[in-house]
Amino acid sequence: MSLLGHYNYWIVVVLMMVGFYVVIDRGNLLKKLIGLNMFQTAVFLLYISMGKIEGGTAPIIWEGGGPYSNPLPHVLILTAIVVGVATLALGLGLVVRIREAYGTVEEDEIREQDDP
Amino acid sequence: MIAANLPALQVVLPLAGAPICAILGRRWYGWLIATALCWATFAISVLLYVQVAENGPISYMLGNWMAPWGIEYRLDRIGALVLIIVSGIAAVSAPFAFHSVHAEIPEDQHRYFYTAFLLAMTGLLGMAITGDVFNLFVFLEISSLSSYALISLGRDRKALFASFQYLILGTIGATFIVIGIGLIYMMTGTLNMADLAVRLPAVAGNRVVDAGFVFILVGVAIKLAVFPLHLWLPNAYAYAPSVVSAFLAATATKVAAYMMFRFVFTVFGVEFSFDQMQLSWLLVPLALIAAVTGSLVAIFQDDLKRLLAYSSVAQIGYIVLGIGLATQDSVTAAVVHLFNHALMKGALFMALGAVMLRVGSVDINAIRGLGARMPLTMAAIVIGGLSLIGVPATVGFITKWYLVIAALETGWWEIAVIVLFSSLLAIIYVWRIVEAAYFSEPSETGATVTEAPWPMVASTWVLAAACLYFGLDTRLPVGAATEAARALLGGTP
Repeated sequence: MSLLGHYNYWIVVVLMMVGFYVVIDRGNLLKKLIGLNMFQTAVFLLYISMGKIEGGTAPIIWEGGGPYSNPLPHVLILTAIVVGVATLALGLGLVVRIREAYGTVEEDEIREQDDP
Repeated sequence: MIAANLPALQVVLPLAGAPICAILGRRWYGWLIATALCWATFAISVLLYVQVAENGPISYMLGNWMAPWGIEYRLDRIGALVLIIVSGIAAVSAPFAFHSVHAEIPEDQHRYFYTAFLLAMTGLLGMAITGDVFNLFVFLEISSLSSYALISLGRDRKALFASFQYLILGTIGATFIVIGIGLIYMMTGTLNMADLAVRLPAVAGNRVVDAGFVFILVGVAIKLAVFPLHLWLPNAYAYAPSVVSAFLAATATKVAAYMMFRFVFTVFGVEFSFDQMQLSWLLVPLALIAAVTGSLVAIFQDDLKRLLAYSSVAQIGYIVLGIGLATQDSVTAAVVHLFNHALMKGALFMALGAVMLRVGSVDINAIRGLGARMPLTMAAIVIGGLSLIGVPATVGFITKWYLVIAALETGWWEIAVIVLFSSLLAIIYVWRIVEAAYFSEPSETGATVTEAPWPMVASTWVLAAACLYFGLDTRLPVGAATEAARALLGGTP
């Protein structure tokens, strides 16, 4: 298999690392959440990629059909997407309350207010 | 009919109760619903434990879909023990919550508090009972999301930021676990734990499996707060409402430790984890550093909840040490410490909750002279503290005993020395609390306080008394842990 043969996995890795880097590096809480979401989305792509086989069709059995793609990873990731949405919603809710309590969404300014 | 469906009811009961609590939970009804459900789930887990002890592991097919295609609930000794820990602590926390929640959380949010509490319990119970790795992830997220919400209810605005940090780290951890699960699914085509255990050895030489193992391990280590991935824990426990600190400190990390047991021993197997991946060389040093630095940092904390949180980091170190040594005695120590640590940390955090209610602070200066004013609460703190140190006749001693024996058996006497050294450090921070409570003049606010309301004292003392009882009569926890360790090491799921 050539280096770029599984290019979707390369996209997964790059997206994952970009997201992870944003989470670690950015001090802005909203940007952290965006990074976190990218990180999770990369995992969705990983799962979706693994279910696909070359020339595979939707797994509805009919005569002369097949090969079929594996539907299970797609179903799993549907659950993970729901979890991701819930996490993002909760995170945004927290950011709103942090902003109300501190007047800022920058990590370093929050730390400064807590222990001056 | 009901008896056959107990494994499903264990999870469904609190899950179904949560929305009911949100709708009907006005005034104190929310508390009533949550308390009733906590006790019902506790009763169910005791029944399940008895069944498992008599007839061996229970396998339950959800919706009658046969495993490995359907989701299987599988309950063995260690799973049943963790169920008892979670539902037992919840059942004891519920009476405690009434006054504590009233004092710390605005009245209009009570019902949502109990809703989130029930959801957190659902997630933790589900993680302990499920036999399907993806289902495990879903339950993990149910419990995590609701615990972020619970922590953010703390009175101090720092609770918000602590909760946010926990959300970021917890989500990274959970996502790592999903990546790992995806990778091993790629190699085996199954999500059922027992099925994975059968199929993984055939592909064990593959690097995808190695990567999957490492992703899962790191993810679980974040949720378990293994040093150096523990940074979310002290703030989260320190600023959460008192009941939440008590409940989460006693249960959430225990269930995370259970996840580690499951993946390391059941799914991947002893041979793969310890011979091929050399897991001992990673876990044992980290556990020892955690045991020493956790205790060391705890000595310098003035906020007592933070002090206990750092002591948790050290105590988690003992559990991880037990897993890392991977002998019969060390795994017994780790399993029994799940139970023991839940009892002592539950009692200690509840006692601090009582102090918080009466004095309004848990700073070391706030408890000065409280030994005379709140004798029962302070006595519970002393018992919990002695247990943390590992004094004979408390539960803490049992764990240390097995750990030291395991360390000496493997020939690493240095490990035994470090464990004892960490206990000496625990003496220092426990002594600081005792000195403040019994040998200092009361502060101005402290001079007028009275003992906490009786439900809070009773809940605290149930756990404190259990610390003593199970320190003397070790048959139940040690018997269960020995059986569980044998099953885990023997590779039979």
